[in-house]
Amino acid sequence: MMAAFFLACSLVFLLQFFVWYCRSLISASVSHPLSVEVRDVMNLPAPASGEDFARVTQLLLLCPDRPEDRSAVRAIGAYFRLLNFVRASLARVVPSAQLWIESERSRCTHFAAVTLDRRIAFSRELLAQQIEV
Amino acid sequence: MSGSAALLVLFLGTLLEALVVVCAVRRKLFRRYFFLNLYMILCAAASLGRWQILQQEGIKSLDYRYFYFYSDAVLTIALFFALISLYVYVFEEMNLERYFRLGAVVLLAGTCWFSYTVVSQSSHKMLTYFAFELSQNLYFVGLVLTYVLWGAILKLRETRSLLVQLVLSLGVFFGASAATYSVSNLHPTFFSYVHNMMPIMGCLLPLAWAYAFWRVADDDHLPPTSLSMVPR
Repeated sequence: MMAAFFLACSLVFLLQFFVWYCRSLISASVSHPLSVEVRDVMNLPAPASGEDFARVTQLLLLCPDRPEDRSAVRAIGAYFRLLNFVRASLARVVPSAQLWIESERSRCTHFAAVTLDRRIAFSRELLAQQIEV
Repeated sequence: MSGSAALLVLFLGTLLEALVVVCAVRRKLFRRYFFLNLYMILCAAASLGRWQILQQEGIKSLDYRYFYFYSDAVLTIALFFALISLYVYVFEEMNLERYFRLGAVVLLAGTCWFSYTVVSQSSHKMLTYFAFELSQNLYFVGLVLTYVLWGAILKLRETRSLLVQLVLSLGVFFGASAATYSVSNLHPTFFSYVHNMMPIMGCLLPLAWAYAFWRVADDDHLPPTSLSMVPR
């Protein structure tokens, strides 16, 4: 009985902390403006749409990996899947949650686009270093 | 999990723990977050001990299990004090350090006593289960304390990004660890699940902290309302 109580509490707290952690990662990227280049290449609307997340992450995977971004990208990927799950289940019962979920999905896409921007800049730096050598 | 997979996870964990300390030293944050770094150093030391026993005795040996869970109990106590140091840091302007330290010792003693009571009632293998029970209870107490600390951070409108990310990743780690230990208590057959999952989850905290020390500047600030679920 007690173990079940501990488990239930732990899972609820874990879920909350995970959502807050992902939101803190995303918040750090919100103030970062997207370069015109990435915006044009990805053809992203002014507030990015959640529907573009898969497209941006596919491009992200094609760019050379930056170790410091890896854990954040994975966490946001998991958060996005969680949002999709909530959208497909809970949001049908509570329609007011739909708006919040869409804004969160949009912020996830912005985060992925900012990371893509950083990776492109990183690839350019690498290329420049190789040319110098 | 096979022996070689366990070695790989252990190696990865040790690397990440060392990376946290290196990043903190490089960013000149080692002294400010001393207890967090001390915990990472202790983790790396424990990993080296586990590495040696794993290579000599194998993953299924009793020696490895004993060493794993006893070192885990010690590490949980260290993490508990790391959490209290974050409390001190958040409330530093109120000069409540003495009270937090006293409260931490009382809470730790209470958790030890509770674990002892539970183990002495249900088992004749006191020493075997005490470390396991203590770790489980401390993870849960740590989780609740992190939740309270997070509430205080929101209430005080604390905006330091680094502090926020350190606290939240600690909350995720405490939550995942407490849930894993609770699963094993539901039924003894789940014990092997804990035995396999804990080292993997042990990599999560150093990964998140290394990211925070590496990427987030000490003077970065988040908008106070950006983390609350409901816009204020």
